[in-house]
Amino acid sequence: MALTVEIVQGNEACVKGALAAGCRFFAGYPITPATEIAELMALRLPEHNGAFVQMEDELGSINAVVGAAWGGMKACTATTGPGFSLMQEGIGYAAMTETPCVIIDVQRGGPATGQPTMPSQQDVMQAKYGSHGDYEIIALCPSSVQESFELTVKAFNLAERFRVPVIVLSDEIVGHTREKLRIPAEVEAIPRTPPAAPPDEYKMYRPGPDGLLDGMPSVGQGYNILVESQAHGEDGNRKGNDIATSAKVIEHLCSKITGHAQELTDIVTLECDEAEVLVVAYGSVVRSAKNAVRQARAQGIKAGLVQLRILWPFPDEALVGLASGVRKVLVPEMNVGKISREVQRVLGKYCEVISLPALGGELHTPTKILKQLGS
Amino acid sequence: MHPLAEKMLRKSALPSIYCPGCGHGTVLNSFLRAVDKLGVYDNLALVGGIGCSGWTPVFIKADTIHALHGRAVAVATGLKLAQPDRKVVVFCGDGDCVAIGGNHFIHAARRNIDLTVVMLNNNIYGMTGGQVAPTTPYQARTQTSPRGNPEQPFDACELARAAGATYIARWTTAQPAQMAKSMREAMEHKGFAFVEVVVQCPTQAGRYMYGTGSAVDLYEMLKTNSVRLSKAGELGAEELAGKIVVGRLLQRDDRPEFTEGVYGLCQAKGV
Repeated sequence: MALTVEIVQGNEACVKGALAAGCRFFAGYPITPATEIAELMALRLPEHNGAFVQMEDELGSINAVVGAAWGGMKACTATTGPGFSLMQEGIGYAAMTETPCVIIDVQRGGPATGQPTMPSQQDVMQAKYGSHGDYEIIALCPSSVQESFELTVKAFNLAERFRVPVIVLSDEIVGHTREKLRIPAEVEAIPRTPPAAPPDEYKMYRPGPDGLLDGMPSVGQGYNILVESQAHGEDGNRKGNDIATSAKVIEHLCSKITGHAQELTDIVTLECDEAEVLVVAYGSVVRSAKNAVRQARAQGIKAGLVQLRILWPFPDEALVGLASGVRKVLVPEMNVGKISREVQRVLGKYCEVISLPALGGELHTPTKILKQLGS
Repeated sequence: MHPLAEKMLRKSALPSIYCPGCGHGTVLNSFLRAVDKLGVYDNLALVGGIGCSGWTPVFIKADTIHALHGRAVAVATGLKLAQPDRKVVVFCGDGDCVAIGGNHFIHAARRNIDLTVVMLNNNIYGMTGGQVAPTTPYQARTQTSPRGNPEQPFDACELARAAGATYIARWTTAQPAQMAKSMREAMEHKGFAFVEVVVQCPTQAGRYMYGTGSAVDLYEMLKTNSVRLSKAGELGAEELAGKIVVGRLLQRDDRPEFTEGVYGLCQAKGV
């Protein structure tokens, strides 16, 4: 298969991945360090008969994305911490209305305007819990330019399949690093397909046996769709006062993701065979962790790396499967230790879990991780 | 059921949630007549905000998106860009449109995107129980202005004009035929069209602000306080105080439309 090889930035790779996956709409508001995504979308989308709009704010951006998605377009937006916070109500809206869309969050330091040009992984919990109410989303974490491309494609495909907002949790290092990107000649993109049921039999929010919805109708296809933000029954009509129906819709929003958690597990392992000490990492920290694990193995330390490429839903079962014989797990992250708590929840009864935070915008050096691996 | 209602109402969403005497039903009625007369029923896409007004499209059997509070115009912006040939109509209230959604409203008008925005203005927050709105008159008493409203109200039509809207009309529920005609003109107009309808709210504005819960009295008040634009020019500021100037307030065709710009301008230049 013919490959195109380029040297590009992580943010550019996200745009290339989005376009390859069929994205034809982008609404966004410029914010560092995500701005290059909007700039390149503005340049490239017209070549694909797509539409770019620079909205007045992030609230407008995510809501325009939802509108475009129901207009039949694959749609996305990109932002960072402060903008991501502003989008949260809209992300919950997309979750409730089961609107496929992609939100790329190129994380920077917070809280507030924090550190605009420095990396962080401080939004990992906001990605999962940012909006009000109970719901589940999917979040992916690229650690390189190549993964920025591949995981953005995957994000669009998962959004279509699960009818859910999918978040790409990039960070400033991944977004601004320039390195080799191999683009395959053909990319598998799940197409938007209308429901199998004809309009007179179709119910907007009736899940199939696998918990997922039957295709997605767009405006103008004769379905007289009712996209409802309030708690609703299967036909879309509001049932906010009906306890059983309202409970059912929440259970559906959560279980369609958690019920497919194993299928959604995406981890990459390095040197995990007979490992006694594991590093669990995601995003740009993986780059340092790989180096540290290789150095440790060269020194005779039985170390291994588990890279989480999908952070939410959390890969509980896969982690347990790797924990046998492990006495210690290190979780280096560019936050106060948010995912280490998840690892503690899953592996705490099997081994010691050590959080290795890095704050202020500094990436863990391989030496810093290696020191802990050897101790 | 009336043949228009039989054809266009989403029966599974009925009965309506509106209070007895509410003016929103009149707006729904006028809109259905406008759609029927224009023959655009099969080409509609409707977006509603949150509040009593936002329910208007939910009752209509057409493609409908019920958005978050204040975000209907933003959702409609994305939808219109995805389907430029569709008649996209937004129904929102005064709070939805010019308070929480004010930023989207003024920027949609600035872009001159081809939307029809119908703002149902009852001068109060009805669904939450009668609190002050951006259109509540100065010194009026509401649940959150118990000693009188210290704020000045918005004139949403003037806001739309200043922001760049290219079609603006205002009516009250006392002029349903004229309102329907303006809705037709608004849907036919290429560009950002804004129709404000002043509606009676007996339950909240009536009881708290106007001292009567009688829909008939409130309707009479709207009727007698309405002044046609053509007459308003002859009246002085004192005579116009408290009056509602109704009519087609603006129609212009000198500003390019946004979706045409996105698909024409950007694509044609082959950047």
